[in-house]
Amino acid sequence: MKSKKLSFYGILVAIIIIAPFVFPSFSTQLATLWLMIIVAMTWDMTGGQMGYNSLGNIFFYGTGMYVAAVITIAIPFDVGEYNNAFGGGIYKFTDTQYFLGVFLGILGAGLFCSICAVLIGFVTFGLRGPYFAIGTLGVAIAAGELVSNWEWIGGGQGISLPVFPYDLDLGKTFFYFLYAVTGVSLFVFLKWLYSTRFGAAINAIRDDEEKAEAMGIHTLRYKLTTWSMSAFFIGVVGGISAFQLIHFEPLETAYQTINLGIFMVVCVLLGGKGTLWGPIIGAIVFHVFKEVTWNYLLGWQWVALGALIVITVVYFKDGIMGGLMRSKPEWFNSDAENRAQAGADS
Amino acid sequence: MDQILSNISLLFEFPVVNLKIVIDGIMIGALFALAAYGLALVWGVMNVKNLAQGDFVIAGGYVAWWFAKQGLPPLLGVPLAFVIMWGVGWLIYKLVISRVIERDLFTSLLATFGIAIMMAQILNLMFGSDTQSIDLGYDSFYFFDGFIDIPVAKLIGVLMATALAAAVIIFMKSSRMGQAIRATSQDARAARVLGINTEKVYAFTFSLNSAICGAAGAIIVMVWIIQPFYGITHSIRAFVIVTAAGLGNLPGVIAAGLGIGALEQYGAHIFGIGYQQAVAVMLLLMVLIFRLVQQRKVRKSLE
Amino acid sequence: MSSIIEVTRVSKSYGGVIANKDVSMAVKQGGITGLIGPNGSGKTTLFNSIVGYHPVDSGSIKFEGQEISEKPVQEIARLGLIRTFQQTRIYGAMNCVENMLISLPHRKMKFLESFNRNGEGDYEKTDRLLEFVGLYEKRFLTAGSLSFGQQKLLEFAMALMNEPAALLLDEPTAGINPTLINGLIDRLKRANSEFGITLFVIEHNMRVIMNMAEKIYCLAHGEMLAEGTPEDIQNDQRVIDAYLGAH
Repeated sequence: MKSKKLSFYGILVAIIIIAPFVFPSFSTQLATLWLMIIVAMTWDMTGGQMGYNSLGNIFFYGTGMYVAAVITIAIPFDVGEYNNAFGGGIYKFTDTQYFLGVFLGILGAGLFCSICAVLIGFVTFGLRGPYFAIGTLGVAIAAGELVSNWEWIGGGQGISLPVFPYDLDLGKTFFYFLYAVTGVSLFVFLKWLYSTRFGAAINAIRDDEEKAEAMGIHTLRYKLTTWSMSAFFIGVVGGISAFQLIHFEPLETAYQTINLGIFMVVCVLLGGKGTLWGPIIGAIVFHVFKEVTWNYLLGWQWVALGALIVITVVYFKDGIMGGLMRSKPEWFNSDAENRAQAGADS
Repeated sequence: MDQILSNISLLFEFPVVNLKIVIDGIMIGALFALAAYGLALVWGVMNVKNLAQGDFVIAGGYVAWWFAKQGLPPLLGVPLAFVIMWGVGWLIYKLVISRVIERDLFTSLLATFGIAIMMAQILNLMFGSDTQSIDLGYDSFYFFDGFIDIPVAKLIGVLMATALAAAVIIFMKSSRMGQAIRATSQDARAARVLGINTEKVYAFTFSLNSAICGAAGAIIVMVWIIQPFYGITHSIRAFVIVTAAGLGNLPGVIAAGLGIGALEQYGAHIFGIGYQQAVAVMLLLMVLIFRLVQQRKVRKSLE
Repeated sequence: MSSIIEVTRVSKSYGGVIANKDVSMAVKQGGITGLIGPNGSGKTTLFNSIVGYHPVDSGSIKFEGQEISEKPVQEIARLGLIRTFQQTRIYGAMNCVENMLISLPHRKMKFLESFNRNGEGDYEKTDRLLEFVGLYEKRFLTAGSLSFGQQKLLEFAMALMNEPAALLLDEPTAGINPTLINGLIDRLKRANSEFGITLFVIEHNMRVIMNMAEKIYCLAHGEMLAEGTPEDIQNDQRVIDAYLGAH
């Protein structure tokens, strides 16, 4: 049983590593797939495991982009002047400056977003159910509007970052692996987190928050912690996206409320809320479906997206994983049952 | 920043500007209140938070605009939008809402969000993304040496909104269906036990909401402008109003609607017209925080 | 001094209806205290005031000497004042063991300790307490599939798992099959004597409370009508009148 699992994960890691070399022309596609998987998993941390359905997690993605960009620029240059000159051309980054920027920028993006999550969470976690969803959506929209009017960071024009200093194909592989490492770390982190008492406590908050409060669980503290962990990872992928995209602007790329902001929710619902693999499977299915059909829809893509949301919500009640759990419950024994079985076997 | 400060100082130098802003705000706020009333109705009766509310408004506006372009008298657009949006609402209820009504709140919220995206995009494909309006060609009244102008079109709009609201209120109070709707909103199970066909009530309520929004949109296109993607802002306004006023509080909804209208006009005056959505969202966040503090005093959270 | 909960002159009204008027009472540390009263006498209102469900109009509520009448539910629970619900609340989608493990006393953990996995000791404690309430055989069934009475027992076991300083039970026997009531009373008593948990029980059923409590308070029409030992209460004419509705 255990060796089976080990070899499964071994094969998986091998696939992840060789994929960009086997399909070099798809490496940007695969990187985007990783992005979807990561944001879906982070959304599921609060939405699926804790029962707080945020419509504004895109806020952390956009904020991560901007923080990463500002840190990178601020190391060698003056941010305001750089953005007035609209980046590019005039300002040259050395290789060291670039990679230092990538490293510090991505890390800073994650940290800054976790702090933001705690600060915003103090207010939004007083809201329950639909108020939380609408309140967080409001935060994301407001942030987009504010940033697009803030000239210091480029206003509505957005920010341009330096391009990857070496060969472009190498750059694609580089970004693929940045995403992949983030994604794998997130997976390992969540697998651990959901097995702890903390994981059980946020499940308790999801199932009956009033009872959890009455049992003395530190609900607000756990909610803030979960959201800020989730925000850390979204901030990190936001930072990576900023470098990968080179140029981004506030409303369509960074704070893309109805684009990526809603994709992540759909991925999770499609794959199955509140499961470890659900968001991953959902993201893969959604991304493949989207990429295959997108070009044939001739301008109707967004209508199709709206329809997809409605269909997912109405007909895929528990998602793919939820369906599996119902039809094959023996695959999903709880820890306690496994222990009891192990005890009986020995 | 300087622009903002000089805009504010203008308010103190010429107090009559305040009057103009408030009058404009109240006239547009009456229409916001109409859409918010519909939202509160659906929210209270079937516990569905409709994020497509604003898109119903915009769709109603486009119905009226399209008929006016075909040469029909513009005022006829209001009843036409009412009837057509009734049909659209009924269709949406049967296709989507009836299937999510018993599910958790986020499901219905997300379903209506999906509908909102679809409607905005379909309107965009059909009519393009330019802003549209109907010019009724009426004159304006002028006061204070022309400082304040009240277009006759806006007066007609306010009157029609009032008439519509009055008709809906009388309908809810006196008709059998209105009574059934109110009974269902208090306790759906009890209503079922007493032989009320709640399925029918739900369908009727949702269609009525859609029709009210449509009519409001048809008035908005005459006194203001519409654009396919303005729907979300209207939805947010409706949420702000209902959250501020609370459910089942009709005078509160009207007062909050007029107040939001006035506040938004102030926001537009101070920050510039481009900040309309930002102002609406800021108002939403402010109202949420205010209500939160209020709830905390009674040891509760906002749900 | 030896009172763990002290309620002093608490009043609470809803609109014009006075639910509690100048109610004073105390729950003795380590004992079993009962609160009875006919329907609508304000028992649940008082209970909810203590656990922080709504604010009181006036008066003070102290827990271990600390004023709690202004605190919200979760802060009061974190002090160790744990309640059960009249309409039991358990995690229906999880099995009994998971329900128990969630009920570990998070308030006693340091923040980082909450990132530990459940240890051997936690599982043993779970098994022991499930055995205690007689649900050991059913421990891997989802809690939602248990009968109402079993759910009540599970909720009680969860409360014990939480190692409360005081446990408030809201009508523990309401809706339970009468044949199970004696077993439940016995377990409540044993929880008090073996685990040393202070119990405060709200009951409508006179027989239950007389068998169990050391001290009983009786509410009627929102006011404290009588207090004393079970014998005192049983023989108090005012209590009998209140229950029979003679006024």
